[in-house]
Amino acid sequence: MRYLPLTPADRAEMLGVIGASDIEALFVDVPKAARKAELFDLPRHAGELEVERELSALAAKNRPAGAGPFFCGAGAYRHHVPASVDHIIQRSEFLTSYTPYQPEIAQGTLQVLFEFQSQVAALTGMDVANASMYDGSTACAEAVMMAKRVTRREKAILSGGVHPHYAAVTQTIAHAEGMEIVRQAAALDAEAAVIEAIDASVACVVVQTPNVFGVVTDVTKIAEAAHAAGALLIVVTTEAVSFGLLKSPGEMGADIAVAEGQSIGNALNYGGPYVGLFACREKLVRQMPGRLCGETVDADGRRGYVLTLSTREQHIRREKATSNICTNSGLCALAFTIHLSLLGEVGLRQLAALNHSRAREMAAALKAAGVEVLTPRVFNEIAVRVPDAAGTVEALLAEGIVAGVPYSRLDPHAGLDDVLLLAATETTTSEDIAALAAALSRRAGR
Amino acid sequence: MTMNNVGRPTGTGAANETQGHASLSGGRGLLQDEPLLFELGGWDKTGVDLDAPEHDASDLGDLVRTAPIGLAGLSEPETLRHYVRLSQKNHAIDLALYPLGSCTMKHNPRLNEKMARLAGFADLHPLAPVSTAQGALELIDRLAHWLKTLTGMPAVAMTPKAGAHGELCGLLSIKAAHEAAGQGHRRTVLAPTSAHGTNPATAAFVGYSVTEIAQTADGRVDLADLEAKLGPHVAAIMVTNPNTCGLFERDVLEIARISHAHGAYFYCDGANFNAIVGRVRPGDLGVDAMHINLHKTFSTPHGGGGPGAGPVVLSEALAKFAPAPWVVHGADGFTLVEEAAGEAASAFGRMSAFHGQMGMFVRAYAYMRSHGADGLRQVAEDAVLNANYIKAVLGAEMTPAFPDGPCMHEALFDDAWLEGTGITTLDFAKAMIDEGFHPMTMYFPLVVHGAMLIEPTETESKRELDRFCGALLALARAAKAGDAERFTGAPYLAPLRRLDETLAARKPKLAWRANDTTVAPAPLAAE
Repeated sequence: MRYLPLTPADRAEMLGVIGASDIEALFVDVPKAARKAELFDLPRHAGELEVERELSALAAKNRPAGAGPFFCGAGAYRHHVPASVDHIIQRSEFLTSYTPYQPEIAQGTLQVLFEFQSQVAALTGMDVANASMYDGSTACAEAVMMAKRVTRREKAILSGGVHPHYAAVTQTIAHAEGMEIVRQAAALDAEAAVIEAIDASVACVVVQTPNVFGVVTDVTKIAEAAHAAGALLIVVTTEAVSFGLLKSPGEMGADIAVAEGQSIGNALNYGGPYVGLFACREKLVRQMPGRLCGETVDADGRRGYVLTLSTREQHIRREKATSNICTNSGLCALAFTIHLSLLGEVGLRQLAALNHSRAREMAAALKAAGVEVLTPRVFNEIAVRVPDAAGTVEALLAEGIVAGVPYSRLDPHAGLDDVLLLAATETTTSEDIAALAAALSRRAGR
Repeated sequence: MTMNNVGRPTGTGAANETQGHASLSGGRGLLQDEPLLFELGGWDKTGVDLDAPEHDASDLGDLVRTAPIGLAGLSEPETLRHYVRLSQKNHAIDLALYPLGSCTMKHNPRLNEKMARLAGFADLHPLAPVSTAQGALELIDRLAHWLKTLTGMPAVAMTPKAGAHGELCGLLSIKAAHEAAGQGHRRTVLAPTSAHGTNPATAAFVGYSVTEIAQTADGRVDLADLEAKLGPHVAAIMVTNPNTCGLFERDVLEIARISHAHGAYFYCDGANFNAIVGRVRPGDLGVDAMHINLHKTFSTPHGGGGPGAGPVVLSEALAKFAPAPWVVHGADGFTLVEEAAGEAASAFGRMSAFHGQMGMFVRAYAYMRSHGADGLRQVAEDAVLNANYIKAVLGAEMTPAFPDGPCMHEALFDDAWLEGTGITTLDFAKAMIDEGFHPMTMYFPLVVHGAMLIEPTETESKRELDRFCGALLALARAAKAGDAERFTGAPYLAPLRRLDETLAARKPKLAWRANDTTVAPAPLAAE
């Protein structure tokens, strides 16, 4: 077996050193009834070629996003990732290293995490960021739990513009902790509606911009209302490229900013692994979940990096930890950091502007084709009204076009069966947009 | 101490001075002194070429960000150099044995990387029409079948994103089951003192309190103490098996029996599944729920701290509480149930936005198919053999915490053998770095004084094991011979000397700031 270096002679010799008669003697503590003599009912080992054939056949049953016009967004976005990103993250020293618990021989990972935290803090306009969460949705749930710890209040208001899956994850976690989640009705321009629900019992308000319908909102007034009531404002962003064009959560008064970082450096991967971004105000840092990397010096006074403020974490604090998180998304964070280093300030701004431009082009083309565009202020995603959005997606698929995500797929009970979510990125071409507009126009019988 | 052109200390340090030679630049041969991205790059530099946008952002008015973001950019060659140089400051499993107990640092096959990058998996959107993702759903279904067969459990929740996330999923299933049975008042979890920190942290996260179970002198759960602490208030026990001392819980069947008799569920922390995979099924041990770290047992790379994946196998009693979404195989192919409804309405909720760590699923499945039922059995046997070999060989100089009987996949030593040397477990670990090895897990489990937990995994050759043991025995002899400086000042030969963690925590500096350098970034040019 190609992954197992021991030879039969090695095994015999080692058993001799141990003083064991056979391998069975090493499993003597396992109850005899539970020791399986026979092999499990699964296929035997397979060579690389055979495994590659089987997996390639499975992959071939899927239609990659790049196979034709493609408009899905709603929390995961198709972007072009420079080839060098994937090359670097496959270096052995990054790919096959563990959490940097021994900083003297993990400065590569640690310096990258420090750069990652710095980038995330800059993008979100916040003071500090952690070394990543599993994804945007779990970061959102953790932010709500953090607000509970900070305010000692047990109620959270979620706007109707928050991605329904993010809301569901947050409700799941909050329910377990005995926290009340008030989720407002799904509505296109929903963010400002949270203000009326804020009172002195509220720990936090969660709003999303751009929201799940693609609507961009200035949440400054919501921040003011939340702060006046002693509550925190949590701003969620599912499309990290938008930070290159839009006012940051920090500028608008957010206390905690969480985001899905997949858009930068990471492939779609059918939903994971992704990278959750988590940033907050400096004064809240000790209530933050997750790992933090900090600067220090070594015994000779040379600058170096370590994991720090670990007394918040499970391996030190156990049941008093701020979160149970241990493994994070290190390699995805590395990809994020490398891609963002390649982009830089001007590159990210240009990429964001390009995304916005494509979305404007798409909105204009659809309007011209007679489609009702619902999103008033757009980054790279719009909501349109079409009868039977799910049926529309199926119908356009037959023409080779993946026409976005029906809102009903995310939230079947909202009564928004006629809302279709469409994203355009730098990978979307004018030809793609023309094909979409023409197909929607034909379907409407125009 | 010298300063570089941005005022940063670049001192060559005692490490080089002890060898009587220091470079003029501050680097050490091929090991470059590498500044931060923000010190290297510029606000106006980029490593990508993009089309110019055709439409401006005038429609967004004052929603547009005008102040500088504060990012630094590099050209592509500079990017490669920066990150390749940084990479060279890391230890990695591809460089040498990585004996972190509880972490299962095994070889990461590159076939798995290649498969995960096939466009059909990597370029697949989580909300793409289900008819265009049939191969992905089929792969999830096949992986689930393997996991259920290997554990002897009837169901598996695939979406948890890491081990601790799996623990959360397991406890939420247990909580939902208790609530459905009118047992919602059960809010205590029993866990041994030796448990991973994630166990009590997860219990607290779901609103449970934690009571510790005592351990016997031979490193196992104290049955009498367990029985005394069980009662109508106990929701679950959380037991790692093999446990964190590297020992199999001999009385596991009795642990399960008495826990069930008291109405508690048995959550097994599956972090150490590598010791028994293909040989022993947790389902035969009375387990109700167990997470499987695909990044440990099934070889998906640790990536400097993640991502992982933590599917949770569930017993019949817990299966219907599993979270959405899940894959169903029907007459017209595979479908994805995104929301609990109808018969499945008891699902406790949702763990994450989409369907779990698909990229890790592809890798783990490629690994399982490569090994097959026969290879996986050999994995467990070789992992256990390697650990016992280390225990036997190092036992010549070091003191095993539990000398009697075999260990499973990891060998645990205490620091009794260092007594009187003035050298701590930490010092010894740091000296291992100078010998080219990553230290073992230190000071865990908490029940053993100065614990050193060594997990070699099955992917080490006898030659590498001998090289490792040789280095440790030589160090042990040096420690006993009074060569304390070799340890208390270590490491001397790593990219950096020992780091000041107290300073880092006392004055946290968690991000680079523009005023950290002598050259402030230029303001963003008007567009």
